[in-house]
Amino acid sequence: MATDHTRTAARWMTAPSIILLLAWMIIPLAMTLYFSTLRYNLLMPGMEIFVGFENYAYFLTEPAFITAFFNTLIMVGSVLFITVCGGTLLAILMDQPFWGQTIVRLLVIAPFFVMPVVSALVWKNLLMHPVNGLFAFMAQSIGIEPFDFLGQAPLASIILIVSWQWLPFATLILLTALQSLDQEQQEAAEMDGAGIFSKFFYITLPHLSRAITVVILIETIFLLSVFAEILVTTNGGPGNASTTLTYLVYVKALLQFDVGSASAGGIVAVILANIVAFFLIRILGKNLDK
Amino acid sequence: MARAVSSRRKIGFTILGWIVGFLIFFPILWTIIASFKTEAEAIAVPPSFINFDWTLENYITVNTRSDYPLHVMNSVVISVGSTILALCIAIPAAWAFAFSPTKRTKDVLMWMLSTKMLPAVGVLVPIYLLFRDWGLLDTRTGLVFVLCMINLPIIIWMLYTYFREIPVDILEAARMDGASLPKEVAYVLLPMAVPGIASTMLLNIILAWNEAFWTLNLTASNAAPLTAFIASYSSPEGLFWAKLSAASTLAIAPILIMGWFSQKQLVRGLTFGAVK
Amino acid sequence: MSITKRTLLCACAVSALSTAALAQSITIATVNNGDMIRMQGLTDEFTAQHPDIEVNWVTLEENILRQNVTVDIATQGGQYDVMTIGTYEVPIWANQDWLLPLEFSEEYDVDDLIGPIRDGLSVDGTLYAAPFYGESSMVMYRRDLMEAAGLEMPDAPTWDFIAEAARAMTDKENEVYGICLRGKAGWGENAAFITATANSFGARWFDENWVPQFDTEPWKNTLDFYVNLMNEAGPPGASSNGFNENLALFQTGKCGMWIDATVAASFVTNPDESTVADQVGFALAPDNGLGKRGNWLWAWSLAIPAGSDNAEAATTFVEWATSRQYAELVAENEGWANVPPGTRTSLYENPNYQEAAPFAQMTLDSILSADPKNPTVDPVPYTGVQFVAIPEFQAIGTAVGQQFSAALAGTMSVDDALAAAQDLTTREMTRGGYIK
Repeated sequence: MATDHTRTAARWMTAPSIILLLAWMIIPLAMTLYFSTLRYNLLMPGMEIFVGFENYAYFLTEPAFITAFFNTLIMVGSVLFITVCGGTLLAILMDQPFWGQTIVRLLVIAPFFVMPVVSALVWKNLLMHPVNGLFAFMAQSIGIEPFDFLGQAPLASIILIVSWQWLPFATLILLTALQSLDQEQQEAAEMDGAGIFSKFFYITLPHLSRAITVVILIETIFLLSVFAEILVTTNGGPGNASTTLTYLVYVKALLQFDVGSASAGGIVAVILANIVAFFLIRILGKNLDK
Repeated sequence: MARAVSSRRKIGFTILGWIVGFLIFFPILWTIIASFKTEAEAIAVPPSFINFDWTLENYITVNTRSDYPLHVMNSVVISVGSTILALCIAIPAAWAFAFSPTKRTKDVLMWMLSTKMLPAVGVLVPIYLLFRDWGLLDTRTGLVFVLCMINLPIIIWMLYTYFREIPVDILEAARMDGASLPKEVAYVLLPMAVPGIASTMLLNIILAWNEAFWTLNLTASNAAPLTAFIASYSSPEGLFWAKLSAASTLAIAPILIMGWFSQKQLVRGLTFGAVK
Repeated sequence: MSITKRTLLCACAVSALSTAALAQSITIATVNNGDMIRMQGLTDEFTAQHPDIEVNWVTLEENILRQNVTVDIATQGGQYDVMTIGTYEVPIWANQDWLLPLEFSEEYDVDDLIGPIRDGLSVDGTLYAAPFYGESSMVMYRRDLMEAAGLEMPDAPTWDFIAEAARAMTDKENEVYGICLRGKAGWGENAAFITATANSFGARWFDENWVPQFDTEPWKNTLDFYVNLMNEAGPPGASSNGFNENLALFQTGKCGMWIDATVAASFVTNPDESTVADQVGFALAPDNGLGKRGNWLWAWSLAIPAGSDNAEAATTFVEWATSRQYAELVAENEGWANVPPGTRTSLYENPNYQEAAPFAQMTLDSILSADPKNPTVDPVPYTGVQFVAIPEFQAIGTAVGQQFSAALAGTMSVDDALAAAQDLTTREMTRGGYIK
């Protein structure tokens, strides 16, 4: 009886969130699905007609689409790689006792609090600007031509900016995990004459695997929707060099005001994201269940 | 001998730690410094670090041009409001997921996370139309609701992973003692869950504070938070480096300070179940 | 829950306080350009005259502003009472009945508005937006550097001369670049500049049957010329420079010449903002001897959306901000040189203005010489000098701008960029039903 009671209670307790999220998902999704079958441009009202899959066909055959798809993969993959590797190293460093540790830790987590637009603006104008930026000055003072980051290596620059923002998040989670590492086990390994590297690969890394999984999962969700950084720095260019799927949908919706195509693009992006998520959960899910 | 080695190690790590910390923090530091320069100094070659005439003129310009207190107020109301609203909905749900899991709990949780993958811009027009009809455009209520919804999955998941670490035996014991469900929650669960709730709350205030899509597209003047404030400085207007720096500093200062002060609380629950 | 409610109540209370009890409050959406910032700064003068009207400002960066107001007006969101829009939007929006026709008092003197500007903002003779400032484009150059290069700028230069001068003025060692031009992708950025330039090279966007023309010789000449010139004499990172970036470069003395909006003239000659203020000379936009110059026509204008609840107060504001009295007010506070230019004939007849603004005549000549109805050497089915006045243009212009930007950055060859531009324009025009 107690369990029945609990189960009913549990249902009541989960109901609001599930209903709200369902509504939040289904209402816009249904409207988006509906719009995606219309020729619907905000600038040309009164011309909405049913066109079936035309919007999908146009979105998928868009010359920028394939580029955007791979750019998305490259961006998300690289940022994940950089933040996980960098985060692990940083977490290990922060875990060592040293003077001023608390202050350094504050410095390291600071980028996480900076809003994406601000960080993109700062990197673009104060640091990477090829004429007035600090990097240009540094390049010039050692006698080399200033590098035009956003023109010559747009995607890499964006990856750098986004990684800078997400590195603290990875570091924090990995550091917390690291701090729960069994000291005795480590010392025992040290007694056995294990070197730094074998200690890292046989003790630290396996211990961190769960935390790394979590970092990858959460970051992927947020990285798939990165767009402010691109909008502020490169506008997806030059050409399509830094256009991602999210940004492409943005262009359709708020530059072309083509709601039909944007909706179709949104649906395509959801499907792709869910495919990615499916594999991600398959691969990582085991790690989480342990 | 061992002490000498470890102290040498400590010096080494101190130097390395400070260098790395400084490098990571540098973009923010540089912005703050630039915000106190005159426009001419901000782009002077060679750039100066401390030996320039510190001035507040950019802050004055920014303040006469924008209603900074209003934007801060909006940001605070929207981020805190949405987080609290979301917590009210999420705590019972996460509690139930953690303590009365069913076969489908995992799937439901994953489904919730997947709702975050819908690109916001793809659903802007539908949401905009609904907001227009409900009179929610440019209101804080509207934004509180939207940000609550977009962060809800993360909140539920974070709380769930935290609650799951709470030993069930204690709850069983309380139940044996005849504690009713509300009492069980109030006296047993909450005290143990507070650190997790606190850090969830902090993380989500940060996420909501920095959310720049909905806050920019659903507001005009009354409910515009700091993300809209920065959008009026985000394209160059002739010499604008120092002004931009001042506006940037103002936009991130409140959340940065809050984050630094509550760092311990933030970290304590920020495990997403990653620690066994 | 109660905490949330309390927070919300607090929030409502605060917002209620701030909008307390005034009869009418209008929300104005505008761009963060210098002249608009100045207008915002003079709000108090307006409210002093009209104490029953409260003014809220939404000042945003151009692209964000455009997306916000477009979504708002297309969905009848009703968030704004006054919108700052350009000559591109006005005819399209007016045709959708999205804008209120403007009627001002006698004193406003509509006939004083400069002809081409007024035409651009009217549909069938009715004015739908009041020009806040108007602009064409012209050459701004550094007299000292020109002299040092041993050259003299004619009043009406050719592109060949510009190229020669740019190469002669470039001194990369000292961060002086002969010419700064727009390279940042966008229909209002590089696409605007290159389209205007292409007009003077004899190119056009579409032939009379709406077939895109990027595969023609004049376009290849235009883009080759632009890319080569910028590679040899332009600043690094040119592919991300728009109007504002170039303004900053010119003001800090990094550019020998800059071909851009006439409105920049007052910024580059203002000693408070510009380090080269006393060395700036002006000339008409260049040509190629084909009868068209590479100058455009644009006016940032104030319009009132048809759905506004406060149309009356909004009209009062628009009338104030675009009136002769406003010009005098700015002159009083900031000097004649800073008056928003390019909207009224009377301003150019004012001796005070002529004296304070050495660029006055050049600006007026540039504006008057732009012809949106016949922008190109060969006939075209569209109006607009640096844009094509069809709703699809924002999308196409920006996408084409991306290709040009890639050509400038060197990630794509000129031929590939033009081929890509041709393909994507054909695609969109087919979709839009222009090409049967």
